[in-house]
Amino acid sequence: MAVKVLIPTPLRQYADKHDSVEVEAKTVAEALEGLTARYGDLRRHLYNDEGKIRSFVNIYLNDEDIRYLGKEQTPTNDKDVLSIVPSIAGGLTIEAAAPASGFSLRCICS
Amino acid sequence: MSLRLQSGHLETIQRHAEAEYPAECCGMLLGAMEGDSKEVTEVAPIPNLRLDPARAEQVIPLQDPGRESERNRFLIDPKEQIRVEKDARARGLTVVGYYHSHPDHPAKPSAYDREHAWPWYSYLIVSVQEGSARDSQSWVLKDDRGSFQPETVEVLGRARTVNAER
Repeated sequence: MAVKVLIPTPLRQYADKHDSVEVEAKTVAEALEGLTARYGDLRRHLYNDEGKIRSFVNIYLNDEDIRYLGKEQTPTNDKDVLSIVPSIAGGLTIEAAAPASGFSLRCICS
Repeated sequence: MSLRLQSGHLETIQRHAEAEYPAECCGMLLGAMEGDSKEVTEVAPIPNLRLDPARAEQVIPLQDPGRESERNRFLIDPKEQIRVEKDARARGLTVVGYYHSHPDHPAKPSAYDREHAWPWYSYLIVSVQEGSARDSQSWVLKDDRGSFQPETVEVLGRARTVNAER
């Protein structure tokens, strides 16, 4: 069963510049495995070091967020369309927290 | 690659950053590739989803809720992302990057910025000091996700080149 995976612009450079790729899969997980098996450089952008899908990578199956379906185990059917949609997040560096307890050292400079 | 935008675009971004201070602002840069340059033709300010903590938590949960808020985090709702991108595509435009502000911090990407960044896109950061927009700098994530590369920003009428590597 062929699933069409839509590749977002920033990732096309790792997929031979294709904007979509067809893979054989019965679940979302299999589709993503098939995609990253073919284009290995996509892996580090889609999965974290523990092999889980990164928090800012959203996967939509025919316009439905898979988080509200069966997550990665959501079954796929022939001609389904899987979209990879970026969540864009960021922010500034948070300074190290002060120690919660114990002694604190203070330097008084004159 | 470099990022080209009109001075009016930069002013829109700076005013947005000042209006949202002390919270972070965010938005999308729409345009097209012109050879090796990303040419911005529109700036789309987007509400920071961190101002809606319940919804934001469904998208990307905070790692340290006691210390993270809209003052040091921004998030673009994927629904907004899809809506703006679809609308842009219908007009022959593409998303070439994003902007956000760093209130009372320099226009340099943080580790959190890097962990959440996508390759290829331009990430324009505006530093806002005590409510006034100051420096801005654009960054592109390197292929290995290890760091950002500063990107040349060309603003109509004046050019700025940064060669320093981080």
